[in-house]
Amino acid sequence: MAVRDEIGAALAALASGEAVLGDALDGCAEQIEARAADLGVFISVDLDGARARAAELIERDATRLADALPLCGVPVAVKDNMTLPGLPTTCGSRMLEGWQPPYEATIVERLRAAGALVVGKTNMDEFAMGSSNENSAYGPCKNPWDPERVPGGSSGGSAAAVAARMALGALGSDTGGSIRQPAAFCGVVGLKPTYGRISRYGLVAFASSLDQPGPLARDVKSCARLYAVVGGHDRRDSTSLTHPLGDVVAAASAGEGAIDGLRVGVLSQSPVQVAPEVASGVTRATRALAEMGAELHEITLPHAEHALATYYLICTAEASSNLARYDGVRYGHRAAQANDLGALYRQSRAAFGDEVKRRILLGTFALSAGYHDDYYLRAQKVRTLIRRDFEKCFSQCDVLLLPTTPTLPFRRGEKTADPVAMYQADAFTVPASLAGLPALSMPCAVAPAAPEQGRAAPLPVGLQLIAPALEEARLFSVAGALEAALDVDVDIDIAAGGDA
Amino acid sequence: MSYEAVIGLEIHVQLGTRTKIFCGCSTAFGAPPNEHVCPVCSGQPGAMPVLNAEVVRYALRMALACGCDVRRDSRFARKNYFYPDLPKGYQVSQHEKPLAEGGAIEVLHEGERFSVRLNRIHLEEDAGKTTHDGPGHTSLVDLNRAGVPLIEIVTEPDLSDAAAAAETMRTVRGIVRALGISDGNMQEGSLRCDANVSLRPVGQRTLGTKTEIKNLNSFRFVQRALEFEIARQRALLDGGGQVVQETRLYDDARGVTLSMRSKEEAHDYRYFPEPDLPVLVIAEAELAAARAELPELPLARRQRFIDVLSLTDDEASELVRERELGDYFEAVVAALGDADAREIKRAANFIRTELLSRIDDARDAASARVAPQRLAELLALVRADRVSSKLAKTIFAKMWDNRRSAEEIARAEDLFVEQDSAAVVAEVERVLAASPEEVAQYRSGKTKIIGYFVGQVMKATRGKAPPQLVNQLLREKLAGDD
Repeated sequence: MAVRDEIGAALAALASGEAVLGDALDGCAEQIEARAADLGVFISVDLDGARARAAELIERDATRLADALPLCGVPVAVKDNMTLPGLPTTCGSRMLEGWQPPYEATIVERLRAAGALVVGKTNMDEFAMGSSNENSAYGPCKNPWDPERVPGGSSGGSAAAVAARMALGALGSDTGGSIRQPAAFCGVVGLKPTYGRISRYGLVAFASSLDQPGPLARDVKSCARLYAVVGGHDRRDSTSLTHPLGDVVAAASAGEGAIDGLRVGVLSQSPVQVAPEVASGVTRATRALAEMGAELHEITLPHAEHALATYYLICTAEASSNLARYDGVRYGHRAAQANDLGALYRQSRAAFGDEVKRRILLGTFALSAGYHDDYYLRAQKVRTLIRRDFEKCFSQCDVLLLPTTPTLPFRRGEKTADPVAMYQADAFTVPASLAGLPALSMPCAVAPAAPEQGRAAPLPVGLQLIAPALEEARLFSVAGALEAALDVDVDIDIAAGGDA
Repeated sequence: MSYEAVIGLEIHVQLGTRTKIFCGCSTAFGAPPNEHVCPVCSGQPGAMPVLNAEVVRYALRMALACGCDVRRDSRFARKNYFYPDLPKGYQVSQHEKPLAEGGAIEVLHEGERFSVRLNRIHLEEDAGKTTHDGPGHTSLVDLNRAGVPLIEIVTEPDLSDAAAAAETMRTVRGIVRALGISDGNMQEGSLRCDANVSLRPVGQRTLGTKTEIKNLNSFRFVQRALEFEIARQRALLDGGGQVVQETRLYDDARGVTLSMRSKEEAHDYRYFPEPDLPVLVIAEAELAAARAELPELPLARRQRFIDVLSLTDDEASELVRERELGDYFEAVVAALGDADAREIKRAANFIRTELLSRIDDARDAASARVAPQRLAELLALVRADRVSSKLAKTIFAKMWDNRRSAEEIARAEDLFVEQDSAAVVAEVERVLAASPEEVAQYRSGKTKIIGYFVGQVMKATRGKAPPQLVNQLLREKLAGDD
């Protein structure tokens, strides 16, 4: 079985002269022009900018550059909460409509320096708050597999762009599952690295102690290639880690040898109900690992049942502070009619959507005098307990394997009336976020179309691998071996997809 | 009833680092509005803070100078409140784990030495500045100051009168200047304070209800605002009323404090640890380095000037007022070599009168037109009786103007003491002969008139005659019969 490596193949074609720089971009541009608007994938598209950058690279001798630049000519999409001068950064919010950032995010800078061509800024839940991409002020992003369904969130646009071949890779950000859950829903690979592995400088903050940017791609090795470029220490982010990344690209194609003797932890009990299609997909992966020589261990995360409550206290508390700067004074939406300071604040902040307002209110409450200890502080204590749960697990096993999401991609509108039901979509992703651990979601199965169950199109199933801190290379090696073993067909016919 | 006031201060000191606390912007005062701003200090979405290591070194110096316990793992926290000149909607400060705790500031006030204990010293960033006189009733925000490093020094409520509180602030200014961490300029806002004050019946231990007076920005205002507030609270209590816990502002034009917000309206700052900054770990080596850099503090130096150099309290106090002035004085004494108490005192007085009258700010002693070495040369001429004390002042003035040495000036202008005593005798005799009436008066018992003769002789010799010799000769001649 050949190792999947779409980005590597594009680079090789370029280096051998089989392709010219810009070919990959042309392919993506075709998809973007055909489907991006219908699917709501981007908030801003910049094919002209990408072409101009391609022309620049060609001028600098693209064939030679293909060896030197690890993403030479690779079209990528960037989530719209990362700053890139020249394009607006809206965070999916009216509040930042048209905001032109005066500086460039470290990760965007690194992508571009590596030769990547940014095709646009992807749709997202407003300020990364949501699990369905329905909270975008610029309209929902739709799942390319079935446009009636959500692509997941908050990095829905990034996952959809990759799934629909509008880019070979994308950057997303993950606070409680915002890379992994959309990766699972769109049938792509997404990594949330160890907290601090990828610089947050230029990532608009939602919940600073949890936010972590990460790559998405259609295969494990391509994902590793993106990670190798954007990851690593950045002195502009004081929480950024200094440890070397290791050769993650090589790890992604380490093969079955990486699995022999690997101790894989599986949850003996799920904290929430899991859809049968998801359960069988995960079981299939577990078996494949066992066949390759992995030892399976049943593990428990005793405090995981409190993970969601803990997460929604901490992330809202931090968000209430992080979003205080949108007051209409310096940038973003400013109420035109306000004639005193109070009115300026009140009226300008009306530009926030409901979910954002809900979380600001929750977080403000959780930090208020008299409630701080019962809510914020208690949540911090539980967070520590969850961290210890993982430490205990990792004394017995090398990776954990669990579902990424409890369900298949749900329908748009299905959960919008019930925020708590929506929050439960994060039940499997939130624990690793709280513990700051690296976690990767990858396709493990495709649930076939089942019209009798209301499923018009096939839908992907994701599984999640979690490793100890700093062990991204281990995640890539296990995921790479699994990918080869499972050989899931995640190619969707986009041209036909939307009309099903 | 008789009450005593209980006062505690929250003192903010802007640290004089070249750049801001979390970014590379300049901290220079007085630039055009919003000149020194960047994505970090203007709170642009996605920008993140990076702690300036120099700020920590400066703060450590203050903490060690005050004998605080330095916390080895302090934490930054967000203090959340809304104001247009607070770009992020929160101030990065320290809350539960401040950089330093305990310690004290030694204050000398009206001849009495006492110590004001410290509760804590913590690091934080300054906010910008809002002015409300923009065109068409608008307010304008200047973010040049946003992100300028501050330390907040919180004292225990150890003070009991307004003048002592003002003196405490002066002492803090002296310390931060001696440490070289701030210019401590209250006018420009690099030193500010909030004062908490309450009254209680003398002898009672529990504290009364306090008010907080915000943003006092001169030593005089500290004293006046507290005097007013103490009197206001006393009148309230005497009239059977109660003090309301609130925040007040001092209105200098009217000399009163005014209510700003009540306890109910007090901010809930919703503190929580700043997730964008790691724990601030202070290594033993850093502490040791900061300790090694500590200069002598003004009060210790003052005591040394009194004990070792035999200066009076007043002389010593004045010379330690600014580090640069004390340094100047010590450099003169050192250059004089084996100076005795009289010569040291002469040097002190020379500096207090001649030098200080020629510089606007005692800190300018460091760059005075007459260097300490040069002044010492002049004083050495006085010591050797080659130049009179009086002419030394003239020579100093000329040194100030043309930067030549004392020796050169004295030679060029013929200002050395007249070494030829016969010439002095002749001059004395000439003066006496020319003033028969005054001689008669002296001899009839009006001996005070001798000053007149001295003056005449000195005038005639252009100050060059040795005064002692002139006095001695006059007395001898006037005592004689002729």
